[in-house]
Amino acid sequence: MKILVCISKAPDTTSKIAFSEENTKFDENGVQFIVNPYDEWYALVRALEIKEAGGGQVTIITVGGASDDAIIRKALAIGADEAVRIDAEAKDAYFTAIQISSYAKENHYDLILTGKETINYNGSQVGGMIAAELDVPFVSLASKLEVNGSTLTVEREIVGGLQVVELNAPAVISCAKGMAEQRIPNMRGIMAARTKPLNVVDAIEIENLTEFVSYSLPNAKSAVKMIDPENMDELVELLHNEAKVI
Amino acid sequence: MILVYINSTNGISKSSFEAITYGKKLGDVIALTNGGALSEDLASLGQYGASKVLVDRAIDGGDQQQITKMISSVVENNGVKTIVFSHDLFGKSVAPMLSVRLRAGLVSGAISLPDADGCIDVNVFSGKALGKVRVNSEVKIISLLPNSIQPEENGGSCPVEEISVDTGSVSIKVLSTKKPEGEIPLPEAELVVSAGRGLKGPENWGMVEDLAVSLGAATACSRPVADIGWRPHHEHVGQTGVAIRPNLYIAIGISGAIQHLAGVNGSKVIVVINTDSEAPFFKAADYGIIGDAFEVVPRLNEAVNKFKTS
Ligand SMILES: Cc1cc2nc3c(=O)[nH]c(=O)nc-3n(C[C@H](O)[C@H](O)[C@H](O)COP(=O)(O)OP(=O)(O)OC[C@H]3O[C@@H](n4cnc5c(N)ncnc54)[C@H](O)[C@@H]3O)c2cc1C
Ligand SMILES: Nc1ncnc2c1ncn2[C@@H]1O[C@H](COP(=O)(O)O)[C@@H](O)[C@H]1O
Repeated sequence: MKILVCISKAPDTTSKIAFSEENTKFDENGVQFIVNPYDEWYALVRALEIKEAGGGQVTIITVGGASDDAIIRKALAIGADEAVRIDAEAKDAYFTAIQISSYAKENHYDLILTGKETINYNGSQVGGMIAAELDVPFVSLASKLEVNGSTLTVEREIVGGLQVVELNAPAVISCAKGMAEQRIPNMRGIMAARTKPLNVVDAIEIENLTEFVSYSLPNAKSAVKMIDPENMDELVELLHNEAKVI
Repeated sequence: MILVYINSTNGISKSSFEAITYGKKLGDVIALTNGGALSEDLASLGQYGASKVLVDRAIDGGDQQQITKMISSVVENNGVKTIVFSHDLFGKSVAPMLSVRLRAGLVSGAISLPDADGCIDVNVFSGKALGKVRVNSEVKIISLLPNSIQPEENGGSCPVEEISVDTGSVSIKVLSTKKPEGEIPLPEAELVVSAGRGLKGPENWGMVEDLAVSLGAATACSRPVADIGWRPHHEHVGQTGVAIRPNLYIAIGISGAIQHLAGVNGSKVIVVINTDSEAPFFKAADYGIIGDAFEVVPRLNEAVNKFKTS
């Protein structure tokens, strides 16, 4: 099975969030970037497991600048066969998705996996957009994926529960917790990653459907009110009369 | 014309009323849904401002491609300029597909109405910052984060019209559906009681569940607790779990690591119960109790019960 895994860079989860250029740009100063956890832990590892069980090829793709090569090498070290970087700043989810679909149209994949969402923009958009552009089915928030020939059996989260569905490849699936276990790259993988192919592809021209015009940090919380652990009646009274939440 | 898509598979939820209320503030609202919801329930959407409800009963909702085609046909036939979804698991899967099909910009996880320049606030960086998004296309899609607006009742019931849209063949076959019985789905819960590794073991969750029942709250947990199997995975909140923004979040024996906070810092009011006065969670809390959960939680439960019966 030929699998394309979409990976995105994301600031390390402990990064300090700040903005520059009059609050219009994320300030990358001192920020450590990682592979977006959903893409790495779930989408990529499940793709590798499917390949290990049934053969095939795993290609990772990212839309981003040359500074993304570090996270691409990390994903190669975990075990992907080759990488593609579409050389453009990922302006919005639509831009990203159309770039990836245009590459996928030419190279024909049986399965395209994305993460559930990126932890920086949290849009949960790119996967569904790729599916719509390719006119193939989309299964979101998959927690299990089994492949049998070209039949895909997927467990997904739906509002208020879980659902098992069946469909035929090609398809796009967004991956959430449960799909696979995190893999730590070993020394051999890291060495091998250095020589695996990383193809840099020019971006195509696409209009911007949306844009972030500015960012802000939430207002600081007022100081916490401490309550005597012996006096839970006081807490209940405050939650009712002051906070008005019960 | 504003189209609000309602997911009515499990009945009509509060987030649907929120989406209609939101849509009503932007213009005239038609609601659209699929599946088997009772017509009288659908008619009640009029109370929140829908002028009519369209329902396609032949579509069961398992196939997002089919739903996308149905919505785009209604959009095109009614001159719809804005489509509103609730940003739940359903909206998250359909809105992006519709965005591409209609070439309409999508604001994903909106938490505000458009401002004077038409920009809408969304949470970014897992709730650590806000971003303002502008949509450049003529047709716009807004996916509204649950609990971002209070539903407002102002009208009576509205007409319900059955429609039938040809959406081609179904490509996703549903084999089975599991619904947790009687539980409040976490992303929709207004009150949440959550506990972490401070509780020492799964056998100690009884008091957490008792408190949740007394309050009418859903239960949640920190990631390590779900990872070691003390609690089911769907309860895991945080950056890599579910992100929630209830009115009240009670955190018991949870240290308040940044990845945990990322999933809960949108909560309106946070109560933290922890033995360690230095626990980082106190910095994000509105009310703090330094104390042993094994004493404080039963006492709080008693106080809640006393309040409820008075
Ligand atoms: C990439 C990444 C993603 C992550 N994503 C998430 C996520 O989505 N969600 C998440 O929760 N975590 C996540 N984590 C883990 C996170 O960093 C913390 O390790 C985790 O949240 C800690 O869980 P905890 O607070 O239950 O346990 P601990 O940190 O062990 O805290 C236990 C707390 O209980 C208190 N305590 C002990 N005994 C008592 C008592 N008797 N009464 C009251 N209090 C008591 C202690 O003082 C302590 O503060 C992630 C980590 C990484 C690296
Ligand atoms: N710049 C990008 N390059 C490649 N894949 C991406 C990019 N941004 C997002 N994705 C993929 O799309 C998923 C959802 O992203 P989002 O819509 O931003 O929440 C991510 O988990 C990735 O798998």
